[in-house]
Amino acid sequence: MLPWAPSANKKDREYMLKTIGVSDALELYSDVPSKALLKKPPRVGFGRILSEWELRRIVNNILDKNRYFTSPPPFLGGGICFHYVPAVIDSIISRNEFYTAYTPYQPEINQGLLQAFFEYQSLMADLLEMDVVNVSMYDWSTAAAEAMLAALRVTRRKKVLVANNVHPEHLEVIKTWLLGKSVEIRTIGFNEETGTIKLDELERNIDNDTAAVYIESPNYFGVLEQGLEAIADIAHKHGALFVVGVEPLSLGLIRPPGSYGADIVVGDAQPLGIGLNYGGPLLGIYATRWDRKLVRQMPGRLIGLTKTVDGEEQGFVMILQTREQHIRREKATSNITSNEALLAVAAAAFLTLLGGKGLRELARTIWIRSHYAAKKLRGIGIEAPRFSSEFFKEFVARFPKPYNEIHKHLRSKNIMGGLYLGDKPPLYDKHSALFCVTEAHSKKDIDLLVTAIGEAL
Amino acid sequence: MTGLRKGWRQAKWEEPLVYDIGDPERTGYIIPFKDEEGEMLRELGSEPEEALKEKGLLREEAPPLPGMSEVEVVRHFTRLSQMSYGVDVGPVPLGSCTMKYNPKINEAIARDPRIAYLHPYQDEDTVQGLLEMLYLLEKWLAELTGMDRCSLQLPAGAAGELTGALMIRKYFSDQGENRDEMLIPDSAHGTNPASAAMAGFKVIRIPSTQSGTVDLEAVEAVLGPRVAGMMLTNPNTLGIFEDKILELADMLHSNNSLLYYDGANLNGIMGLVRPGDMGFDIVHLNLHKTFSTPHGGGGPGAGVVCAKGPLVDYLPRPLVEKKGDKYYWDYRCEKCIGRMRAYYGNIVPLVKAFLYIASLGGEGLRETAIQSVINTNYFIALMRGTKGYELPYDPTRPRKHEVVISAKPLERETGVRALDVAKALLDTGLHAPTIYFPLIVDEALMIEFTESEPRREIERYANALKKIAEKAYKNPEEVKKTPRNTAVTRLDDVAANHPRSVTPTYRVLLRRLRGEKLIL
Ligand SMILES: Cc1ncc(COP(=O)(O)O)c(C=O)c1O
Repeated sequence: MLPWAPSANKKDREYMLKTIGVSDALELYSDVPSKALLKKPPRVGFGRILSEWELRRIVNNILDKNRYFTSPPPFLGGGICFHYVPAVIDSIISRNEFYTAYTPYQPEINQGLLQAFFEYQSLMADLLEMDVVNVSMYDWSTAAAEAMLAALRVTRRKKVLVANNVHPEHLEVIKTWLLGKSVEIRTIGFNEETGTIKLDELERNIDNDTAAVYIESPNYFGVLEQGLEAIADIAHKHGALFVVGVEPLSLGLIRPPGSYGADIVVGDAQPLGIGLNYGGPLLGIYATRWDRKLVRQMPGRLIGLTKTVDGEEQGFVMILQTREQHIRREKATSNITSNEALLAVAAAAFLTLLGGKGLRELARTIWIRSHYAAKKLRGIGIEAPRFSSEFFKEFVARFPKPYNEIHKHLRSKNIMGGLYLGDKPPLYDKHSALFCVTEAHSKKDIDLLVTAIGEAL
Repeated sequence: MTGLRKGWRQAKWEEPLVYDIGDPERTGYIIPFKDEEGEMLRELGSEPEEALKEKGLLREEAPPLPGMSEVEVVRHFTRLSQMSYGVDVGPVPLGSCTMKYNPKINEAIARDPRIAYLHPYQDEDTVQGLLEMLYLLEKWLAELTGMDRCSLQLPAGAAGELTGALMIRKYFSDQGENRDEMLIPDSAHGTNPASAAMAGFKVIRIPSTQSGTVDLEAVEAVLGPRVAGMMLTNPNTLGIFEDKILELADMLHSNNSLLYYDGANLNGIMGLVRPGDMGFDIVHLNLHKTFSTPHGGGGPGAGVVCAKGPLVDYLPRPLVEKKGDKYYWDYRCEKCIGRMRAYYGNIVPLVKAFLYIASLGGEGLRETAIQSVINTNYFIALMRGTKGYELPYDPTRPRKHEVVISAKPLERETGVRALDVAKALLDTGLHAPTIYFPLIVDEALMIEFTESEPRREIERYANALKKIAEKAYKNPEEVKKTPRNTAVTRLDDVAANHPRSVTPTYRVLLRRLRGEKLIL
């Protein structure tokens, strides 16, 4: 028996081959040059078909070599943090009709999926105060890269400005995705004191060939950018698009990008009910305000409300598909087709489970706990936060000695501490680490961390 | 046959939007350790609202998101799920999409907290098990494709294509060559030209011959110093194996051009023929197709890009390496194109693909491929001679993972189009095939059962197609009025896309209802 191939049994196979009119299945490969045909099966797997129990035992041994941290949860930052994912979310995205479906090319038989996607788009739009949100991009980094590409098309210009305090991997991804376009990517420095971008440097570098200004708030250091309207004004004065990357959970408490002039918003919905999973899959956010060009140049899938042909009922379909690769081919706005749609359902379920007020409470508690952690660290003589501007959830702490040594001590106490910044742009500072504190960390967890750090100083 | 029930109907719920059920004041979520907040606030001595307001960062009011109790959330989404359709409900033979069964054991294991709770920046010594899996997975995929190394970073096939195209671009620019043309067959998937264009290539369309394969003379005619390479899938999107592949590869290589393999169609030849042995230099794989990880209504899936020889240096970094018995990420990037996404990849699908290969082994995978091809050709045999449909391009040649039939005769004789056939299929509880692709077939119905469909379902599918054609000859208007048994009847695409009525969010709907003239 061959698992998961129901007709791979002697009786069915023989019957089917006879109906086809061949005696041996390999006759169906007669058009393959014999030189290219493998003589033996490839050597992959464990050399035989495994039963479920055998598979579980093998994998169990492998997975035992992993260590995960829940008590306390990791304090690692870096654009992705430990949040608690309510059980109900996994239960919903484990519904067979959802997770075993393809992209809803046939809307009449997939109204449920389409409605859930529309709800995600709508909830995210309200959270961001933007009008149009697509079903998903792969993650924040690729959403940011696609936003740069869209800005280049919309403005027909050849230069983008990216704040140097964005997540360094996002910057790297933007550079890679733009390799094929002859464009200039210029970074804008940040103020060493506040951690926010230097407006005067932005003004000096922007010109009439600038397609976009990209900033993140909170940025890589967890710092919320100040003077967002001023940045928007500078961008708009030069006819450039203002592209903002956000952490969506913070928006329960922090001003949404739609309120300060963002043209395109990107981000990652991981904090909204999506597990860590070693960093993937994630849910890339991509949103625009209501603008013909911005929407028509949008990458990715969009769902819209419509009526039945007989006008009797309402329903949902994929819309504006003439932007997409299957119709527009080399003139498409993007090559994306498979995306992260199931996680959009997770985010929609998470947002409705919380509700607006619940989300505010959650953002508030994260603000309180992360600030409490920073204050406690200050109490033992650590520069925390290292930057003076307001922060959310993540913050950089600077230690009197190399952080690696402290990290080692934390590990001996079963604590996964912060993210070492000594080998990472833009700081390359051996004494600094990026910490993240969320609703998953109790006061006791935080106190434990501070005490352990105190011991290592 | 006991004849238990007759006539399929999909569930239908009068389920409103969450906005009509919930209320921003309500919630189904309890904040962890909420009782400790007061003490922490006292320690801080200020409320978040004060600090944020002072700096002009405060959102004045909670966002207008409807909240619900847990049971209401569960019911809402469960009802929506009942108005959806996936492989666990019935066949989804969308050609090119390789909609296989998603083994439950893989789903169960992938949820293990020893994977789910890992942070991507955890110390490497705490993720050795996961790195070992990724290391083995890379080895296996390299073996299956006949390549040297693979990057597991890509979130999907299209991202893999862009990666491959960028690698080709950088490879030539490092040699000081200016090659800016990419050859792509007219039967190719839309992502191929789209990816090539994103990487800055000019796309040159290569026609297919009467027998449905690449026209080698047409390739010969355009080959020149500017041709960087060709993107090709084999078997192609007609399900036909490009039997002149070795000649084609030689032709490109003698022009110093590279050959890129779109692995979306690997399923029918996996374990039998390797892209590397066919002469391909770079390969992408769609793990959510060939390697059985679920599609999730659009994703998450995972892509992998493999390369051979000097192109290995151009793969995105980091790659997993092993030294002694320790696994680690190697970030060194001398010629590499850079990073294609943040962190390391879509880990959950990668783990599921690992489990799939582990379960089947080389022999099992090979048998799987063979069964998928038997399923395709069995279906062709059942359909042969059915009035209304034809098999374009050399009907005597066996197809591989999929087949494209044409409803052109039906359309010509009754006015019933491929779209109507698709909708009529829905009415029998079967998902429609891919329609109107590839573009070189009129009224295309592109069907891929994979190895997952039992003989009985294939027969049911062929019968349903025959019945629809019979009905079309008797009463075409009936067929055009389908579907009627799905949760809603046929939907209006024109209104959905009209600049004055297009409505992508609830927010836009409210603005329209308030009388704003929103034109797109
Ligand atoms: C032939 C072919 N190539 C490429 C792709 C793109 O792959 P993905 O959807 O994983 O981005 C697909 C599927 O959509 C396909 O069928």
